[in-house]
Amino acid sequence: MSGQSARYAYYPGCSLHSTAREYNVSVRAVAQAAGVELVEVPDWNCCGATSAHATDPFLAFALPARVLLQAEESGLDILAPCAACYGRLMTAKEEAHRRPDLVARFEKAIGRKLGPAPRILNVLEFLAEPKVAETIAAGLKRPLTDLKVAPYYGCLLVRPSKVTRFDDAERPTSMDKILASVGATPVDFPGKTECCGASLGISRVDLVVELSGRIVQQAKHAGAEAIAVACPLCQTNLDGRQGTAAAKLGEAFGLPIYYITELVALALGVAPGRLGLGKHLTNSLALLRQKKLA
Amino acid sequence: MKRVGVFLCWCGSNIAGTVDVGKVAEQARRLPGVVHVEENKYTCSEPGQAAIVKAIKDQRLDRVVVASCSPRLHEATFRRTVESAGLNPYFFEMANVREHCSWIHTDKETATPKAFDLVRMAVAKALRNEALTRGSITIEKRALVIGAGIAGIQAALDIADAGHEVILLEREPTIGGRMAQLDKTFPTLDCSQCILTPKMVDAAKHPNITLYTWSELEKVAGYIGNFTVTIRRKARGVDETLCTGCGVCQSKCPVKVPSEFDEGMGMRKAIYSPFPQAVPNRPVMDRANCTFFKTGKCKICERFCEAKAIRFDQEDSLIEVKVGAIVTATGFDLFKVEKYGEYGYGLYPDVINSLQFERLVNASGPTDGKIKKPSDHEIPKSVAFVLCVGSRDEQKGTTYCSRACCMYSIKHAIQFRDKVKDGRAYVFYMDIRTPGKSYEEFYKRAAVDYGVEFIRGRPSKIFSRNGKMVLKAEDTLLGRPIEVEVEMVVLAPAMLARNDAAKIAQTMSISYDGYGFLNEAHPKLRPVETNTAGIFLAGVCQGPKDIPDTVAQASAAASKVIGLLSHEQMATEPMIARVSEALCSGCLWCKPICPYQAIEAKTITEKVQGKIVSREVAAVNSGLCQGCGACTVACRDGAMNISGFTNDQLLAEVDELLGASRPACAAE
Amino acid sequence: MPNLKSPLLVSGGPEKRVFLGEVDAMAATHVAACYQCGKCSGGCPLSFAMDYQPRQIMRLVQMGLADEALASNTIWVCATCYTCTSRCPRDIDIAGVMDALRFMARRRGFRPGDRNVGVFHRSFLNGVKRFGRSHELMLFVEYKLGTMRLTEDLPLGAKMLAKNKMAILPEITKGRAEIAALFRESARGAEKGGDKL
Repeated sequence: MSGQSARYAYYPGCSLHSTAREYNVSVRAVAQAAGVELVEVPDWNCCGATSAHATDPFLAFALPARVLLQAEESGLDILAPCAACYGRLMTAKEEAHRRPDLVARFEKAIGRKLGPAPRILNVLEFLAEPKVAETIAAGLKRPLTDLKVAPYYGCLLVRPSKVTRFDDAERPTSMDKILASVGATPVDFPGKTECCGASLGISRVDLVVELSGRIVQQAKHAGAEAIAVACPLCQTNLDGRQGTAAAKLGEAFGLPIYYITELVALALGVAPGRLGLGKHLTNSLALLRQKKLA
Repeated sequence: MKRVGVFLCWCGSNIAGTVDVGKVAEQARRLPGVVHVEENKYTCSEPGQAAIVKAIKDQRLDRVVVASCSPRLHEATFRRTVESAGLNPYFFEMANVREHCSWIHTDKETATPKAFDLVRMAVAKALRNEALTRGSITIEKRALVIGAGIAGIQAALDIADAGHEVILLEREPTIGGRMAQLDKTFPTLDCSQCILTPKMVDAAKHPNITLYTWSELEKVAGYIGNFTVTIRRKARGVDETLCTGCGVCQSKCPVKVPSEFDEGMGMRKAIYSPFPQAVPNRPVMDRANCTFFKTGKCKICERFCEAKAIRFDQEDSLIEVKVGAIVTATGFDLFKVEKYGEYGYGLYPDVINSLQFERLVNASGPTDGKIKKPSDHEIPKSVAFVLCVGSRDEQKGTTYCSRACCMYSIKHAIQFRDKVKDGRAYVFYMDIRTPGKSYEEFYKRAAVDYGVEFIRGRPSKIFSRNGKMVLKAEDTLLGRPIEVEVEMVVLAPAMLARNDAAKIAQTMSISYDGYGFLNEAHPKLRPVETNTAGIFLAGVCQGPKDIPDTVAQASAAASKVIGLLSHEQMATEPMIARVSEALCSGCLWCKPICPYQAIEAKTITEKVQGKIVSREVAAVNSGLCQGCGACTVACRDGAMNISGFTNDQLLAEVDELLGASRPACAAE
Repeated sequence: MPNLKSPLLVSGGPEKRVFLGEVDAMAATHVAACYQCGKCSGGCPLSFAMDYQPRQIMRLVQMGLADEALASNTIWVCATCYTCTSRCPRDIDIAGVMDALRFMARRRGFRPGDRNVGVFHRSFLNGVKRFGRSHELMLFVEYKLGTMRLTEDLPLGAKMLAKNKMAILPEITKGRAEIAALFRESARGAEKGGDKL
């Protein structure tokens, strides 16, 4: 399969155009460095995230199904860097098999026919794709030597495993391997797959502070200097609530929360200034300067 | 003129509930050849059988058809009934209108004509039945017991005490099995090795028992009463007749590898005996790890052996033995608890499994009976025991309950509390299962006398925090989430069939289930027999169980063997292949087809047009033939038939069903 | 658990088990298989904030106590992290049951057991219906107005705006008509079939 896919349909999802802009930037930067073209899905809509599947089973299928429909014309595999979007698309793909009645209802409402879904990749799978992996292996302009990073997978990349069929739900290693491949030191820690609080980020800030705080604390106690994530909501929670959590627990954290693609882009030689690292709420440049990486 | 009697069974409501038996009887009366029809509520009962005998005598019946249950259940019963009335038992036919009709349909309208179809087919076949005579074979008065754990040892001793020869086969260097690894046994807290080693010595010394350790089952051929078994005696690297078991080679060997017997909690040498009380007390050489075999240098053991018993050039040898019966007692392996990533086995050194704990708490174990944490060799002040790891888990493990883990985990908790007086022991459970004698009392003792703390909740995650192990669970009885901090965690793994159980079963042609446990012939009534005549089961290879049940099953299997070997001869079924030499063209296509190698070429002489000619035909060895029928399919000339299932008989059934009639012709 | 004054009376015919069947059908799972081991609750990261543990919700469904289950805050505090589903030894989709209960609660007119979460989901979907894409700034505003917690969490919002992490203007899909049609179909289903899809 090597040497193939140089083009992917790209589904950024709502947050990559807004609160997670830097994630979008870094994914595109990695794609560019690897000579891969990302073709944004034309006129894509919101996948419905948590709110749809939590309250409306029809929309839970219909919204991501429309995204799949929009991507059909390109005939390309779909990259969805947001873990929630990835989860929703994968679930819709699986439901389309299992629930022909739901598909029929959707097709009737929208007036179009839904074809079979292509392969859907999350960002970690993308980083392991031949062209990207080869680019990383071919030589790092800026290996992230001596950078101790805890890989945080969160929930939706690895669960439910029957839907995502990706890595291991309890002890995943794909991000650990990517970190190692760019010269960083992956730091294993118990909270690798614990939930950050997800969509409760606005409605129950207290709970997200508790959950995200625990994760950052565990990473720090395991010896990590930073945390890598592959989901915009995880980044927002671990990054945005870190200060409050630190105060609550009476500890100093100060752990930058990098998107895995930011780290890979850095290692491939992309200038830090191009990556929007300054957008993080917890200072993410100081550590890089300290390690002579920026 | 043939006189067929048809006996229709109601089987209570099992058949009569779905089949209008009266209607079938009415129709059966009109079948050609049928002179007597009667119905019975329970034909297999004493009055039912008496009715058959009476009818045979009164009505001068020469063929009997019973329409009832599966022949697998009562064919033998009714053959005996028919025989007792003076009729050849092979004039009996059975129509299965229960398992093949009333038990699988619900609609009487359609089930009744189907039942009648089955009856008329059976009548058509019965009209072509012939008198057959049973053969007999001699029985080899020797048994093979595969596996020398407590099940195999017990079975071997029982058979040997009854006066028969036993070959006891064991793949490890010593006999004793899992019980030798244990410290104490529940509920009495007897020392396991103390109660086991006398039996081990008895087995080794018994004049009727031949012990082959460090040996594997290579091949099994033959059939009940006449098995030919090939055993591979692996190269021990030691001449057992010269070796005195002094142990110097072991102490001098420079290589250390993790000990299988100690479940990785301790080390052993490349030339080793698993434990001090090993029987036979002779070491084996582990060639995969021996320096000499890897690099060509060393041989320290040879240098120091005063008995000159070391043999680097020894090779495996194959021996063949003839036995009449086989007992399979191959034991179990444990679920690989590392499959539960959330429990951290393999990641955290102080998360171990129960068998490893057993080795720690054992006075002759790698830590001299001190419960030491693998991480820092300190004594933990708190231990959590987690039940059902791998059991009762449809998603990641096995569906079944492993039966002994509740009891042995409670035992472990008691042992820990006994040794560490200021320690805390927790048992995380879903249910506590205490089905045996004094088991429930043992559970209470643990909680009351030993202060073991029981928490009802299956832990969801085990991780490390501030140097302690934390179990994250819900106390379901309180309905509150809890985190329990301990220094060591012991996971109770499910008992599994041996890793190579399927291979062993295939070698012996016995059946096994989806988990690799060997199948008993009937789950309720035939727990120690298999569906392969002459092969019996004992111990956990048949399913998870504790020591009392294992020993009981072993003695039960032995009693079956003793019963079998107590006869000089054994009757064989006459439904075997026979050749019509007149039709046989001598192509011998049947010979390679036969799975029992029961067909040979035979030269016969015939007079053809005045000349004496000799030619080859097929000949069936009635001692080897099992009546599988493969040869009859291969035979192009139709010369091969199975007595009692001839082509003519079977075609008559088909023709009867499809409406074409065939005159009953004389037997070929 | 609430303090009941009298024992729970269990009687009547199989019609009393309808709720279990409805939940099973909607979540495509088998709640009757639950043997109350507690592994779901044990691993749930938010169990400490729930009035009923996830395991207890399963028990309420088994016992047909629909009202208590649908009125709980558990189903709204659930973050759908799928830890429960991935560890359940009886292979029950517990997260799916939570989804089903949330949906049934809304259809049957139960106020969300956690008000803020209910407002959030409503605001989110309103945004999607309006523009086809979620507009975070507007989501914030609508949420704040819906919960009347106007000053809470403003610092985070302010920081995000300052770093240009939130779009001022919404992105609007051209296929808005299609999105609207999907929302209409959802509402139509609610009128016609009650809880069925």
